[in-house]
Amino acid sequence: MTNAIRSWVKALSGSGLIGLALVVFWLLIAIIGPFLAPYDPGAFVAHDVFASFTGAHLLGSDYLGRDVLSRLLSGARYSVGLALAAALLASTAGIALALLTAVSPRWLDEGVSRFMDTLISIPSKIFSLVLVAVVGSSLPLLLLVASITYMPGSFRIARSLAVNLAQMDYVQVARCRGEGAAYIAIREILPNMIHPMLADFGLRFVFIVLLLSGLSFLGLGVQPPDADLGSLVRENISGLGEAAPAILMPAIAIATLTVGVNLLIDALPGRGRRMAGKE
Amino acid sequence: MAGPATRGLLATALPLIGKRIASGMLTLLLVSLVVFFIAQLLPGDAAQEMLGQAATADAVAALREKFGLDRPAPERYVRWLVGMVTGDPGYSLVANMAVSDVIAARLPNSLLLAALSALVSVPVALTIGILSAMHRDARLDRGLNVATLSMVALPEFLVATLAVLVFSVQLRWLPSIALIPPDASPWLILRSLAMPILTLSVIVIAQMARMTRAAIIQQLSQPYVEMALLKGIKPARVVLTHVLPNAIGPIVNAMALSLSYLLGGAIIVETIFNYPGLASLMVNAVTSRDMPLLQACAMIFCTAYLLLVLIADTVAILANPRLRNR
Repeated sequence: MTNAIRSWVKALSGSGLIGLALVVFWLLIAIIGPFLAPYDPGAFVAHDVFASFTGAHLLGSDYLGRDVLSRLLSGARYSVGLALAAALLASTAGIALALLTAVSPRWLDEGVSRFMDTLISIPSKIFSLVLVAVVGSSLPLLLLVASITYMPGSFRIARSLAVNLAQMDYVQVARCRGEGAAYIAIREILPNMIHPMLADFGLRFVFIVLLLSGLSFLGLGVQPPDADLGSLVRENISGLGEAAPAILMPAIAIATLTVGVNLLIDALPGRGRRMAGKE
Repeated sequence: MAGPATRGLLATALPLIGKRIASGMLTLLLVSLVVFFIAQLLPGDAAQEMLGQAATADAVAALREKFGLDRPAPERYVRWLVGMVTGDPGYSLVANMAVSDVIAARLPNSLLLAALSALVSVPVALTIGILSAMHRDARLDRGLNVATLSMVALPEFLVATLAVLVFSVQLRWLPSIALIPPDASPWLILRSLAMPILTLSVIVIAQMARMTRAAIIQQLSQPYVEMALLKGIKPARVVLTHVLPNAIGPIVNAMALSLSYLLGGAIIVETIFNYPGLASLMVNAVTSRDMPLLQACAMIFCTAYLLLVLIADTVAILANPRLRNR
């Protein structure tokens, strides 16, 4: 197992390695970040607001004199965790629906596909804004909004894979053996679409990080007292004129996370390379 | 040019284009159903929202009747749809104005921003994409690949804040807010729009350049390219006169998809720079839960997106050499 991982890492290009390092770094921060925080993220600890890098506050202080590093470490947990959960939900739901349509009667397949095509033709940010206006922006609802927004895209890719796989000889053989639709979908088709769908999952994750931080930046995402990286940029926007680290650091944090995932996916062999991009 | 050939092209292309238009209209109709349905999920209605919790039941009922909110949902949907098509998408409860008036004040600003951004980004993206494809897997291509790959994943607000830091805080060249006085000269308009355009372009260029590169590389593997190269034609000439016309369909498609991204990206950019466009209007509509305004904005964005896709499809059909020779 470790050997397999080692050879997999060795096969990555230089930019792929950078991507991998960034992804691992942010996953670690999301898990242990809050324990590393030097201060309570909600406490007013600095004497002046929008202070620059100092020994006591490595990344300066924010608009209320809170420690930026501590807030960033706890904000990363929201950004990474929410996006991970939403991407997982979107991909799982998309794959499940795609498998269902691949083995179901034609009318159901066409109905579901037409509906998903309709959802895809609504620009994702617009769609999520309409959803947020209606359901509000508590954490579970944000998760739901993000996964509903990006599920149709995942469905479309999973469906085209599943439809092709359903024509393969081994699937025909299974059908002749008299296997049920559920067996064919889960044991014959699903294992062969996992790899491309993993790359797609990474892309969904990037889109969702950007979407959620964008919503938070607009004040429509994660609500105070909770704060993800997008909220940190928003609350410190008045420090822009002073070039405060409080506004730059969270924005750079988001960028390293999303760029890292993108570089890693691009370095994956095969399908991932062609798919990397936005929306 | 020969008349019969043009007529033949039209005869084969028109039905195809007509089909695309019909399918686009159907999609738009379905989108309007989805948008209307989602808006119905909002607990309470506009009349209740407008009058507040303290309103008497009579007052709410009267207002409901005035706006037709007491009708069944299908009837309201048809009314709303007819209103959208005939240019009367309802009444904005928060702005206390007709939605069409609110939008009319903002739409030209958004179109101006999108048009200028497209004007900047399309030539740059084409150049990067072509250069990249011609030097495939060479150092230049790999560098550009990592650069564009990183650029597509940047959040708009990072690009925008960096632009403000560099151009208005450090260099003091440009204003950090894109407010245009009504009697501004074209030069002043350009100056105040420079940073929003720059921000939007950075993200769109990366996307467009990647797709252009892919389209050209796909063509470069065709036998006719090898033939042209073997005949001794210079690679630059092969790309410009042989490959580009053949890749025009996929490239226009890439442009349309990326430009549609301008719609979504504009939401953040307009907000940061306080630009009075349609996207920031939509954000306000979300904050104030002004559903008629929100629905109208959403439909405009969806229509614009479908229109771009339709244009791309049409160009792809017209540029298809197989169709031309039939």
